[in-house]
Amino acid sequence: MASTDLKENKASDDEQTGTAMSGAQMILKALTDLGVDTIFGYPGGAVLPIYDEIFKQDKIKHILVRHEQGAVHAAEGYARTTGKPGVVLVTSGPGATNAVTGLTDAMLDSIPLICITGQVARHLIGNDAFQEADTVGITRPCTKHNYLVKETEHVPDVIYEAFYVATNGRPGPVVIDMPKDVQIEKAEYKRSGHQEHRTYRPQVDGDDAALRKAARAIAAGVRPIIYSGGGIINAGPEASELLTEFAKMAGIPVTSTLMGLGGFPASDHQFLGMLGMHGTWEANHAMHDCDVMLAIGARFDDRVTGRIDAFSPGSTKIQVDIDLSSINKNVAVDIPIIADAASALRSLIKIWKEEKLSANQPPLVAWWDQIERWRMKNCLSYTDSDKMIMPQKALERLQHHIEGKQAIIATEVGQHQMWAAQFLKFDKPNHWLTSGGLGTMGYGLPAAIGAQIAFPDRLCIDVSGDASFQMNLQELGTISQYNLPVKIFIMNNEYMGMVRQWQDLSYDGRRSHSYSDSLPDFEKLAEAYGIKGMSVEDPAKLDETIKEMIEHDGPVLLDCRVAKIENCFPMVPAGAAHNEMLLAGDVIDKPKDDEALAVV
Amino acid sequence: MDGANMKEIGPIARHTISVIVDNEAGVLARVIGLFSGRGYNIESLTVSTVDTAHETSRITVVTSGTRMVIEQIKAQLDRLVPVHKVADLTIEGDYVSRDLALVKVAGVGEKRVEALRLAEAFRAQVVDASRDSFVFELTGAANKLDAFVDLMSELGLVEVARTGAVALARGSDAL
Ligand SMILES: Cc1ncc(C[n+]2csc(CCOP(=O)(O)OP(=O)(O)O)c2C)c(N)n1
Ligand SMILES: [Mg+2]
Repeated sequence: MASTDLKENKASDDEQTGTAMSGAQMILKALTDLGVDTIFGYPGGAVLPIYDEIFKQDKIKHILVRHEQGAVHAAEGYARTTGKPGVVLVTSGPGATNAVTGLTDAMLDSIPLICITGQVARHLIGNDAFQEADTVGITRPCTKHNYLVKETEHVPDVIYEAFYVATNGRPGPVVIDMPKDVQIEKAEYKRSGHQEHRTYRPQVDGDDAALRKAARAIAAGVRPIIYSGGGIINAGPEASELLTEFAKMAGIPVTSTLMGLGGFPASDHQFLGMLGMHGTWEANHAMHDCDVMLAIGARFDDRVTGRIDAFSPGSTKIQVDIDLSSINKNVAVDIPIIADAASALRSLIKIWKEEKLSANQPPLVAWWDQIERWRMKNCLSYTDSDKMIMPQKALERLQHHIEGKQAIIATEVGQHQMWAAQFLKFDKPNHWLTSGGLGTMGYGLPAAIGAQIAFPDRLCIDVSGDASFQMNLQELGTISQYNLPVKIFIMNNEYMGMVRQWQDLSYDGRRSHSYSDSLPDFEKLAEAYGIKGMSVEDPAKLDETIKEMIEHDGPVLLDCRVAKIENCFPMVPAGAAHNEMLLAGDVIDKPKDDEALAVV
Repeated sequence: MDGANMKEIGPIARHTISVIVDNEAGVLARVIGLFSGRGYNIESLTVSTVDTAHETSRITVVTSGTRMVIEQIKAQLDRLVPVHKVADLTIEGDYVSRDLALVKVAGVGEKRVEALRLAEAFRAQVVDASRDSFVFELTGAANKLDAFVDLMSELGLVEVARTGAVALARGSDAL
């Protein structure tokens, strides 16, 4: 138990030491000293002492969400756009369990978060006390690390350490479980002054010999490719600049995972688009046929590789990752490099220049010719209609209207997410918020809120689906309360479109429970929250409506009624190889369902 | 999905892995949760503090898997925040590994005499005796213990308690 016999008489000339503070005061002081400006949270009995301290100060802004899951996703959106860790505060029991989906999401997408959970008083732990949950037990597998603070004097050190752990190495969420009596009890505020963690020291710089070997292998490649992932974003904007510099000096095509979009400019000719299940024809074919692959900050996820034994069969694989466990997990690599993406790219550039490797490169003309032939397939083409808004068209027009505006885009999960990844263009990192690893419906709206809080003047859009939107729609209340000018662009196809697509392709069109029955009137729903609601279903009105949405000074919900039965292509079917991709109009006949084809 | 099965199909080998961890609450749960969560096997797992300050604990885990799975297990262990060191004794040179077993045998007459005679041959200690039972204590490599328990099963074996393996690399170096 914590020592309560304080040295209160100790001179308070040094503010850092000798001052008796409650655990709750310590939390606020440590967070303030660490530069935290925003907390996303929701109060409850077990965090009342912390809320009381929040009330008494004005350095840290608290954003009240409407559900704890929303708090965590908002913190993810904040973290992903700013590069700083997001901070969450929730109460014990149901507050903590409601946060679990968000924590798991952050774990899988390597988002740095600190989540402070209230806990029942120490002497009640294990007694099934009111609103007691074994938070450290429940969150152990879905956090990078977690703490139960048992001694008040440890509060400052634990908070500093949690920040270190969340942001160093492969980032991730960290939970700090704070018993209520620890929040109340007074102790001396002191930092032990130790390194940020006693032993945890992730390797940042790669092995020089391996990096040299990698640079030479890339230079020797006749069909080289860079496959970049979310690690580029996590490594900071500099990593994106270095990636661009390296790809340019080597003249190599770049493809990106869903999580890595924006790490390399989409408008650059060397960018092949996203790879994987709904990746482009050119990206997937280039991955399949390449002779040397530089995977950087990417983890060979099953949505990326397709059938694993047919994945890029003839290539020398170089993998740069900060997490040793990501290397050789799914795919055997030839040159593993444990390093931070920015550090590794800096070294590769240096070695490339030093060894004048451009001079050693074989001509890549034939490779680029081949890539151009793949590009000519025009794999994202679709049949437009003047009777209904095609979802691809909606996103093409959205892209047109946000061009050059540095918009931050969040998405939910489903077809609209994949279309957004295909049709929206990201030239910079930190502008794209999506749930990649966990695929969490309901992520986008709160994530857009978090981004908007971080960047009040930027255009923040949640590209949403009719089903996903309903998973966290209570956050309309948060948007309204803080008058956040978030734009909600619901691609309403009246279906859980992605589920329906799979049912049509794999279950003979038996659309079991994938129809979005009893949808609310989204326009009116927005209005009920005091938010401007709009809708559009006539393709002729699409442009003016999107323009009005963007230009409106304040939050808008646009119910964009799109074609109901449209499949997302290209598609690598389950269990197929990259070069067995399906395109629109290929192989699968659309079900002839006139009613379903009609627009709402 | 079962982590131990979805990987390359290669020969499955048994590995003894030493893990040095911070001696803090929940660290064992983290290690065990990692094995169960990712579908790795645990054949045995032992843990105890090993320094006088009680700051670190040593976990010895015996597991099995293909080469890729074993590499994954080590990498996954290594990235747990309170883990300091991970060593695969099986591939890092010679090592000694010992289990301790307590074996209770009940019987009278011929069988009782035979049990005692075999215990001597195995250098087992008698740590408890009654008129119709013994508890033997035996240390050794796992297969020696297996053999002893096997023999006792015909001589009135009642129950067995075993520690699982503890292991150290041979030679003068520490982990
Ligand atoms: C929380 C959660 N539950 C279920 C799923 C499975 N799922 C994936 S996509 C999808 C449908 C999404 O529908 P909608 O938001 O309307 O998007 P659309 O595919 O129609 O664009 C579902 C149910 C999920 N990803 N997340
Ligand atoms: Mg839908």
